[in-house]
Amino acid sequence: MKAKNNKTPRTGLAKCRTGIRGLDEITEGGLPRGRPTLVCGNAGSGKTLLALEFLVRGALEQDEPGVFMAFEETPQELAQNVATLGFDVKGLIARNKLAVDYVHIERAEIEETGEYDLEGLFIRLASAIDSVGAKRVALDTLEALFGGLSNTLVLRSELRRLFRWLKDKGVTAIITAERGDGTLTRRGLEEYVSDCVILLDHRVNDQIATRRLRIVKYRGSTHGTNEYPFLIDEQGFSVLPITSLELKHSASTVRISSGIPQLDEMLGGKGYYRGSSVLASGTAGSGKTSVAAHFVDAACRRGERCLFFTFEESPNQVLRNMRSIGIDLQPWVDNGLLQFHAARPTLHGLENHLAVVHKLVNEFEPRAVVLDPINNLASAGTLSELKAMLMRLVDYMKASQVTALFTSLTQDQDNLEQTDVGISSLMDTWLLLRNLESSGERNRGLYVLKSRGMPHSNQIREFTLTDHGVELRDVYLGSAGVLTGSARAAQEMRERAEAVAQQQETERKRYGLERKRHALEAKIAMLRAEFEAEAEEMNEVIAQDELRQRRQLNGRADMARSRGTISGIKPRKGGRK
Amino acid sequence: MNTTKRTKAAAKRTRAAAKSAKPRPSSRKPQAEPGSEVWNLRLYVAGQTPKSLAAFDNLKKLCQERLEGRYRIEVVDLLVNPKLARDDQIVAIPTLVRKLPPPIRKIIGDLSNTERVLVGLQLRSRD
Repeated sequence: MKAKNNKTPRTGLAKCRTGIRGLDEITEGGLPRGRPTLVCGNAGSGKTLLALEFLVRGALEQDEPGVFMAFEETPQELAQNVATLGFDVKGLIARNKLAVDYVHIERAEIEETGEYDLEGLFIRLASAIDSVGAKRVALDTLEALFGGLSNTLVLRSELRRLFRWLKDKGVTAIITAERGDGTLTRRGLEEYVSDCVILLDHRVNDQIATRRLRIVKYRGSTHGTNEYPFLIDEQGFSVLPITSLELKHSASTVRISSGIPQLDEMLGGKGYYRGSSVLASGTAGSGKTSVAAHFVDAACRRGERCLFFTFEESPNQVLRNMRSIGIDLQPWVDNGLLQFHAARPTLHGLENHLAVVHKLVNEFEPRAVVLDPINNLASAGTLSELKAMLMRLVDYMKASQVTALFTSLTQDQDNLEQTDVGISSLMDTWLLLRNLESSGERNRGLYVLKSRGMPHSNQIREFTLTDHGVELRDVYLGSAGVLTGSARAAQEMRERAEAVAQQQETERKRYGLERKRHALEAKIAMLRAEFEAEAEEMNEVIAQDELRQRRQLNGRADMARSRGTISGIKPRKGGRK
Repeated sequence: MNTTKRTKAAAKRTRAAAKSAKPRPSSRKPQAEPGSEVWNLRLYVAGQTPKSLAAFDNLKKLCQERLEGRYRIEVVDLLVNPKLARDDQIVAIPTLVRKLPPPIRKIIGDLSNTERVLVGLQLRSRD
């Protein structure tokens, strides 16, 4: 009848949206409309809250007034108890959106004398439903009747009649019940409410409690069958249907900087993919948080919101420590781009951590998230649980295109390529930070163990923490192995000296050549001068010789002329001259 | 002691009485003796079901036997006044409430078990 509320039309079952975060996803649209739903669980598992939130959200969001019939708490107590969750029960009652009826049954005050029925309850319920025009009803906890009245035969037949009556009324009802020993409910209410049964669980494992919710049955509808963790926080109930996500998130081709230029260089020159998961693992003190801080800093510089979950240090401590290596994150915190969330891993169960991360990511909508460190969370659960949780987290981050950087502390120096958590296969980029021990020093090394979908360097780089952040340097690979730290520095010095010597040698050779050339040229000049001097001398001699010759000739001609005995040729010759 | 048979017969007989008692808030049996307590009893019913009628019948009989002249029975039909069910914390029908003397006592059922009614009304100790 309310098609718009029905998320899964193929089931054909009208559903009633609860408005409770996550629950509508698991139930694929909500609770069966017009039918009763049984919510069972142990004491303190959140039954009352679930029932009440169902009514409050119905009244506020779906405009469906509700009736809350309490068998255990008075309206005042109820209003007080949920006021911290931001539910204004009194206001809703005043606006006729909610009717609360407290049914008080005290066996000591009651004497049973013969036959009776529970018509009074029906009348009260009908009157409450009519008074607000209720579409939703919650009965919390109906089983209290068994405590107050002894004739179980009557009670059972009356309860059967009640559920029938609720169906006939067309109200969507939640009936809460205490969980029994080995049965869903202590009094076997599941016999009567067979349309939908939700089981709440509050389990303590290793002293850590986790709330879980499971749809035991949902007649006529498909539903998520897993146990889903849920949270009760200042906004009420939230269930996390994380594993229902399919592996179909889109993969971005946008690359974002890791905040360390040399690391970007190693990752094909561009850095991480947006929306990818990055794992920085390493032993204690290998600089994981610093890598994370660089990443956060770079993201904030791009104007993106960042969430920094720290499970070991307080935000202040992280800020201080990062300042010491020249990364000041305080301005980002101040302008709201960066949000820290610090929690002890043992504060609550893994699922709760997951839920918190989920919730904050949902609210803050960051583009980058850092979890530092993840393996610490193992103390809040078993490793397999942690792995399952991280898988869901990675899935969720990817689906929301959030780039996530996880740091992980590896205990075993020899077995670095195996994270304790065993989640490496989930990661797109894995940076391994390791300590390199040589010549009495411990130095940090970084290499990219894997990086999906991009060319990446196969080199180990030395990783140094300077007062202006992380620097990556080439390490020296020589016959003595990888050189780092002062060995690298010595090598560098040696190389520098060698280079200088080389240069000097060349210079000297060049100078020698020059000198030789000078000498040669001087020699050439000298020879030339010698030659010229000689040539001049020779010319002089030649000139004198010529002069002498001419004189001789002239003298001969004069002689001939004076003799007059010259042949015809000779005077002509002389005449020509 | 009333048996179920007798109760049913009585129910028929007193139907008229119950009917006349119903529309008015109370059906008085005055004549309070000075010095003794006045018992203020209220019987909650939902319409004229056999159980309700039996209860009224049984109650009247018992009062006449035990509280001659110092009781007052008020019959409340919750079908007419549903709000009263909430105000007086009524769940089962029929319910007999001893308003006075204090403390308030509740007796549910058709009052066919006289012994228990007497215990419930705390009349047993008085005998």
